[in-house]
Order: sequence, then C-alpha cells, then structure tokens
Amino acid sequence: MANIVIDRIRKSFGAFQALKEVSLTINDGEFVSLLGPSGCGKTTLLRIIAGLETSTSGDVRIGDRSIIGLVPKDRGLAMVFQNYAVFPHMTVYENVAFGLRMQKADDARVKAQVEKAAGLLHIEPYLDRYPNKLSGGQRQRVAVARALAVEPKVLLMDEPLSNLDALLRLEMRTELKTVLQSAGTTTIYVTHDQTEAMGLSDRIAVMHNGVVEQIGHPVEIYNHPATRFVGGFIGNPPMNFIKVPVSNGQVAAGAEQLATPKDVGNEIVLGLRGEAVELAPLPQGLEMKVRVAEPMGSHLLLTGSIHDQPVRVILPASETVKSGDTIGLKLDSKRITWLSPESGKSFPAVLA
Amino acid sequence: MTQNRPWIPYLLILPSVAFLALLFVVPLVQTIWLAVSDNGVPSLANAERMVTDINFTRSVKNTFLLTIVVVPVQIAIALAMGTMVAKVGRGRETILWIWTIPLGISDLAAGLVWLSILQNTGYFNSLLFSLGVIGRQASWLSYQTPVALFIAIAVAEIWRGTAIVMVIIVAGLNQVPKEFKEAAEIFGAGPWTRFWRITLPLIRPALQSALILRTVLAFEVFAVVYALGGRNFPVLVGEAYNWQNQNQNYSVAAAYAVLIMIISLAATLIYLKALKVDPERLP
Ligand SMILES: Nc1ncnc2c1ncn2[C@@H]1O[C@H](COP(=O)(O)OP(=O)(O)OP(=O)(O)O)[C@@H](O)[C@H]1O
Ligand SMILES: [Mg+2]
Repeated sequence: MANIVIDRIRKSFGAFQALKEVSLTINDGEFVSLLGPSGCGKTTLLRIIAGLETSTSGDVRIGDRSIIGLVPKDRGLAMVFQNYAVFPHMTVYENVAFGLRMQKADDARVKAQVEKAAGLLHIEPYLDRYPNKLSGGQRQRVAVARALAVEPKVLLMDEPLSNLDALLRLEMRTELKTVLQSAGTTTIYVTHDQTEAMGLSDRIAVMHNGVVEQIGHPVEIYNHPATRFVGGFIGNPPMNFIKVPVSNGQVAAGAEQLATPKDVGNEIVLGLRGEAVELAPLPQGLEMKVRVAEPMGSHLLLTGSIHDQPVRVILPASETVKSGDTIGLKLDSKRITWLSPESGKSFPAVLA
Repeated sequence: MTQNRPWIPYLLILPSVAFLALLFVVPLVQTIWLAVSDNGVPSLANAERMVTDINFTRSVKNTFLLTIVVVPVQIAIALAMGTMVAKVGRGRETILWIWTIPLGISDLAAGLVWLSILQNTGYFNSLLFSLGVIGRQASWLSYQTPVALFIAIAVAEIWRGTAIVMVIIVAGLNQVPKEFKEAAEIFGAGPWTRFWRITLPLIRPALQSALILRTVLAFEVFAVVYALGGRNFPVLVGEAYNWQNQNQNYSVAAAYAVLIMIISLAATLIYLKALKVDPERLP
C-alpha cells in the first residue's frame, strides 16, 4: 500500500508562510494533480514529501508509516524536478539508468528498463548523447524517463510536460496516464495547465496562497467550486460571479425565481458557468447587455454585463447575437453555485 | 565611435603588453639563452654542470616528493573544507575569511612561524616537555632527522598553501546547482556516492585549475624550506638560489630556472590531458 497522507503541513521561510496547514489524502494508485497559480507552494509541498525540505510542522505518511524523519532515499519515491536536474556529465542512457544503478540492478535489467522508459518518452535516438546537446523538451523527457525507470510506488512530478509542444504533450500525457495506471503508481502531479489536470487526474487539489482550497473529482471542482478562487481559476472562460439581492430566500432571474440556500443575508453571489445558460426572450429571461460578441467557430463567446457586473457566457455557434444587443438568458438552475459575499466560500449545493 | 578609430583598443592595451614584454619575455629569453650558452656560443655545459652537482639528484627528488605528498593532501583538505562550509548557513563568510588568512602571509613569514614552533627551543618542544613526552629538547629540523624535517616542511606548506586551493574549489562548488545532488539523493545515492559520482565530476574545471596552480607553485617551493631546513633539504629553486648568490654562477642558476619551467609546463600539460574538461558535459 502506498497511500499518502499529508497531515497539517506548515512551512515558513522566515516570516513568509509558504504552506499554511495543508492536509491531503491520496489513495493507493491514485493520480492527483496539484493545480494552482505560480508561487502558491506546489513545489514546496512536493519537496517536503520528497524529504528535500523540512516542514515547520505536520506529518507525512506513506502506507501509514510516518516518513517525516527519513532521508529522501529511504522514502521509496521518485521525482521529476521542475528544472529537470538531468545530470550533465552522464549520457542520457546513464541518466535514465541512474536510479537502477543505485539499486544495484544487474545490467540486463537496467538495459530493459532504460529501453522501456526511453521508448515511452521517444528519447531512444538520444540515449548516447549528453543532455547539454538536447532541447528543453527533450531534457524534460529524460527526467521523466529517469523517474519511470525505477518503477516507483510513489511518483512526484513537478510540471513534467511544461516544455513540450501541444501535440507531443497531449500524446505524452495519455501515455503517462496509461503506464502509471497499469503499474498502480500513486502519483502527485503538479501543473499550471488546467486542461492537463482535468484530463489526467482522478482528483484535483486546487492550491492558492499556501492553502488547498478544494480537492475533488475534476467535474465536481468544475461545477461546484468550493471557493470563489477555484471557480475563477478553473475553466475558460472563468466562472461568472454576480452579486444579487435576496428576498424571501429567492433570487429573481428575469421572470424565474431561484431558491437560495437557507439562512443567507440580503445579498448572495451567484456563480454561473458561462455555458450553463440558454437564450430566452425578454422579459422572461435575465437581462444581459452584450458588449462584444465573438464567434469562435465551435461556439459564440459573449462578453458583457448582468446587473452591471461583468460576465462572459457561451452560446451555441448557431445563435445570432451581435455586439451591442441586449438579450435574455435562462439559467440552468442545477448548475448554479451560491457563494457567500463575505467569505467567498460556496454553500453546499441546493437540492431542488 | 571606436569604429572610426580602430587603433584605440590597441593603444589602450599597449602599456600592459609593453610592460609584460619588458619585464617577462625579455628576461625569459635572456635566461634561456644564459642556460644554453657558454661564452656566447650554444652549449650544454651549464646543464651538464647542473646534473653532475652532488645536490642535483637530491633536490629533484625532494621537490618531487614534496609535490607528490603536499598537493593531493591540499586538494583533499580543500574538498573537505569546501563541502563542510557548503552545509553552513549563517557564519559562512566568517569561516571562509578565517580559512583564507594564510593566503595573506608571505611564504617566508609562514616558514618563520613554523620555525618558531618547531625549533629546539620552540613551542612544540615546550608542549611535549610539559606533557612529559620528552625529557630534553628534541631536534626536528636537523640533517640527522630527515623524516621529521620532511614532515615539518610538508605540514608548513600544507598550512600555507591550502587556502588558495580551497578558494578555487569553493568557487567551483558554488557553481553546481543543488538540484543535481538532490536528484541523486532521491534516486538513492548516499553521501559518498553523491560526492564521487555527482559533485566531483561537476567541479572538474575548478579541480583542474586548482591542481595546475598548486602543482606549479609546489615545484617552486623555496622560502618555507629555506626557513625550516636551510641547505639540509635541497630543492630546485633553492639550488638555483645558491648557484646565483653563493657560487655567483648565473648560467647554472639559469639552467635550474629553465628546468623548473619545463617541469611546470609538463605538469600543466599532463593535467590538461588527464582531466580533460569536455564542455559538452558541463551544466
Ligand atoms: N528557499 C526558499 N526561501 C524563501 N522562500 C521560498 C523558498 N522556496 C520557495 N519560497 C517561496 O515560497 C512560495 C512557494 O514557492 P513554490 O516554489 O512552492 O511555488 P510553486 O507553486 O511551485 O510555483 P511555480 O508554479 O511558479 O513553480 C513562493 O512565494 C516562493 O517565493
Ligand atoms: Mg514550482
């Protein structure tokens, strides 16, 4: 069993708190992405799990055994570094073989494993070369191959595909997923790229300012963000947040009355995914002033305002809305997230 | 601007080139000529006189022995110091500063420092006497105790000359990003493996510079030896000095100088070849 339990980890650099009580549980064989803006503490968290950085407080357990006091090599994990850390004085072959050599694997096994990993990442042509002569993307793949070659129980990857072109990235990501799944590797995968996180992950943990704001299935995170930050960070366009008045536990959206959660004040924030709407005639629909209409081919992107607050919505490409129009929208009440205007946290989904 | 006046860079460089030519190249050519000529005609008489002198073999042997013992010890100590100080957070600058103090002491002064420690009435004997190890003054630096004399000279040289090696090695270690060591650590390399397989190969250029510099300086050892052993421990530069000043034979002195130069150049070449730095394998 290689489940990972991150238990109230804190990390301060001097007065600066990089991680503020982060707790996460990752099941055996699960693929979890850490998603968050630059500087939110993703690398710091990985380095603490790997044992390269000591936490200020808290515990990390792998397979229910605390590893916080162990040196990195006794933690039984592999890592892909954000800046690759591919050894410049060794050939690509020796780089990929490094972990196996340290385990004193015999030459036959080393050769087999290196060839397997190199094949997966399409780096066989460079096996005899030195990393200095490789492009950034090639070096990055060497770093991934080096980690895969040891067939770790736990794999930490820090933006392992960030330097590849879109096509290769898509291909690599599918192959990675397949390999790791069939090997049952518990994986923590750091990325900036939300489509990557959505596509790959069993669960996504969204981090912000040293805090895990939400962890959950990609669809759950997309549809029901726990905080305003998560809603705004995930999805393109981001979730719309419209502050609306509440009367008698209801919010008026054109002619329709939407039920809000119990015990809210006079105002509430309506979180609306851009595509959770359809065109409706006025005055039944909720009024939106369209400032710019952009036909994107697959859909129509409208930028404008509702209740004088900026919004972006998506309509089918077949609709004919022009810049400057005023339109009515019918909201999909099941896909609305209600958030507190004060804390920015969402209320539990209202059951209709 | 300089495009219109291409001679400006040359003009600015000229004084330093002229200075070097005057004070370095001219004496060098003169010395070489002095060594390989006799009364204005080319001759190997000086070289012959040099090699047939009774002190020649001893001085060659001593110089090489000293170099072979001192340089590796200095490199090892400097590596140890460098890796230790890399682990230090606060106070690192102060430690480095203290370690480099011997750099500021001239070699003769260093020799005299160790002489005051090791001479018959020196601190070392006083210490041994007060501890009851010796009953009366022991002599360490005489011709009757060649091993002790050699060790004393070697220790003094190591004390004096390790700082420069350390400075070069610390600079080299600073160039190695910590990620390489971290990656090795993750993949199961212990401290020794990391040192031998990651750190050492990556500081190869610094190691090469340190070795060349220290070896060339070791072949030129003189003042420390002179202060501690006088003529009891003949070395190459010491012999050159004696031929020049005692014997007033400038030609044989020049022959020694040329020999030292040849040895130094050969050592440099060997290091450059043996520790070839492949730019392809640098970070
Ligand atoms: N050694 C350190 N000393 C001081 N501050 C640090 C140190 N390492 C990281 N930090 C700070 O901690 C915060 C989190 O850094 P971290 O590298 O974990 O971010 P990240 O989420 O990985 O960002 P990115 O996506 O840009 O890689 C940053 O504000 C960074 O400046
Ligand atoms: Mg990072």
